Amino acid sequence: MRENSENLEEAVSIRAADKVFNPDSDNEVQALLGIDLDIKEGDFISLIGPSGCGKSTLLRLIADLLVPTAGEVKVFGKTANQARLDQDYGMVFQHSGLFDWRDVSANIELPLELKGWSKADRQARSKEMLELVRLEEFKDHYPRQLSGGMQQRVSIARALSFEPRLLLMDEPFGALDEMTREHMQVELLRIWRETGTTVVFVTHSIPEAAFLSSKVVVLSPRPGRIHSEITVDLGDRTDQTREDPEFFQATTEVREALRAVEAG
Amino acid sequence: MTKRKAIKTAFTVIVSLVLLVLLWEGYKWMGQQTEDHWPGTQLGLPVSTDDLTMPHASDIFNELTDEIRAGRETLPMTVYLAKKAAFTFLEAAIGFSLGVIVGLMLAIFMLRWRFAEKGFLPWINVSQTVPLIALAPIVVTWARLQGYPDMVGISLIATYLTFFPVAVSGLRGLQSPDSSDVELMRSYAASWSSTLIKLRLPAARPFLFPAFKLAATLSVVGSIVGEISIGTKTGLGRAILDFAQRYSVWPERLYSSVIAASLLGLFVFGLVNAAEWFFIKRGREVLK
Ligand SMILES: Nc1ncnc2c1ncn2[C@@H]1O[C@H](COP(=O)(O)OP(=O)(O)OP(=O)(O)O)[C@@H](O)[C@H]1O
Ligand SMILES: [Mg+2]
Repeated sequence: MRENSENLEEAVSIRAADKVFNPDSDNEVQALLGIDLDIKEGDFISLIGPSGCGKSTLLRLIADLLVPTAGEVKVFGKTANQARLDQDYGMVFQHSGLFDWRDVSANIELPLELKGWSKADRQARSKEMLELVRLEEFKDHYPRQLSGGMQQRVSIARALSFEPRLLLMDEPFGALDEMTREHMQVELLRIWRETGTTVVFVTHSIPEAAFLSSKVVVLSPRPGRIHSEITVDLGDRTDQTREDPEFFQATTEVREALRAVEAG
Repeated sequence: MTKRKAIKTAFTVIVSLVLLVLLWEGYKWMGQQTEDHWPGTQLGLPVSTDDLTMPHASDIFNELTDEIRAGRETLPMTVYLAKKAAFTFLEAAIGFSLGVIVGLMLAIFMLRWRFAEKGFLPWINVSQTVPLIALAPIVVTWARLQGYPDMVGISLIATYLTFFPVAVSGLRGLQSPDSSDVELMRSYAASWSSTLIKLRLPAARPFLFPAFKLAATLSVVGSIVGEISIGTKTGLGRAILDFAQRYSVWPERLYSSVIAASLLGLFVFGLVNAAEWFFIKRGREVLK
């Protein structure tokens, strides 16, 4: 109980976490070393860094899809494992991961089905979710009939369908073209504001990180460590924001941190 | 769309049938002219063209409509063969169903426990190298000693042939989902069995149906070989055996029973195709 009240505002808290793949073998990889990270409820955090620096690994530790070699990962004051079992988070991958034998609404209803919701409840919720991602008229379509951006929106709807408090996204817009990507960013911010969900967002794109985040976490590689944390405050963002000097300044700050990382 | 496709299929079937008959009769006619030699050479034809080896296509088709005495009644050959085929179909259907169940269970078992995959897969492969002719009497004798009707033993032989493609392709299909799909299910805290039902089995369907098609035709082969090798009283295998013994006097009959066997094979193949359409393609039709 005490711990709970202590961490009331803490969505994720990571202490001295290490992750070693294939320990004690020839292909041992120190993927993460001494990670300390706190994410407050309602935050929008981006993880950025060179390829292979451990962004996905860090996200998987939070998701309890991987177990840290050392240190601890807490999600809403519980162990990551408990949080996964309680389904405190939803997950979105780079490739939408929609099941092509299910139509759009059946895909969105998948996690609800697993939770044993009644059909009527599921349908009502998937309808709400389709409104949220603005795909109402596509509910009976199959994933292959949708564009990449639409598929990602379905994937987001599926991740949010059971109202998790945390949304984990691994390069969700990585496979989209630039225009669709910018549009999806605005949509994601709207959804973030409407639902109040905490977001952890892995990206390779500097402007994307700067535009979306309240905090950008820059990682350095081999072994993966947190290099710096950059706080961004662009207020209410629209497409217009991309032309603001504040946005330019934020991207510059992130870029310089990444240059410092590359320089070693 | 589907209607046009059906017409196209029917057309192809008829054309290839006509071609087959023309080829058969053409070869026969040529052989008759040259006394079984390639025209203008002393080279012998691979198959002699006398009426015993190659009866006229028309005689074979006539045979199908002719009457045959079966016990106390006389029946048209088509009806006689259809009755026999129905019996064989039943054995094949039981064998197929059992084979699918056993194959799927093995695939799931090997999916669940890696050691099972390592331990079982070689044996499953070895199992298919045992000659059917040797296996059939063993299985049937066992079934008879247990007091089961012959149908049980024969179906088991069909099962033995059908479980193999299902187990092997099924395992590949169950292992086919991307690791990110499996992670997604894990993120929902889905149990192993929910992951199997909601993800792995649906993802395995495109692997399973080709295996089912193979298994369906194998189940017919297995049933017929089973019938022949134990000498049952009925079934297509029995008819083939009877007609084979009197081939020298009545070759058309053996050919007509062979036609019946191929038709039965085609029929079960078609059934699986229909099931495939129902279970996979139906939803996708919306696509176009
Ligand atoms: N399952 C695994 N087994 C062994 N090594 C792994 C595994 N997953 C990741 N790694 C290694 O850990 C390191 C970090 O990988 P990770 O995927 O987290 O990087 P990333 O920052 O997400 O890279 P990218 O930007 O290319 O997606 C890499 O060196 C990678 O090779
Ligand atoms: Mg990654």
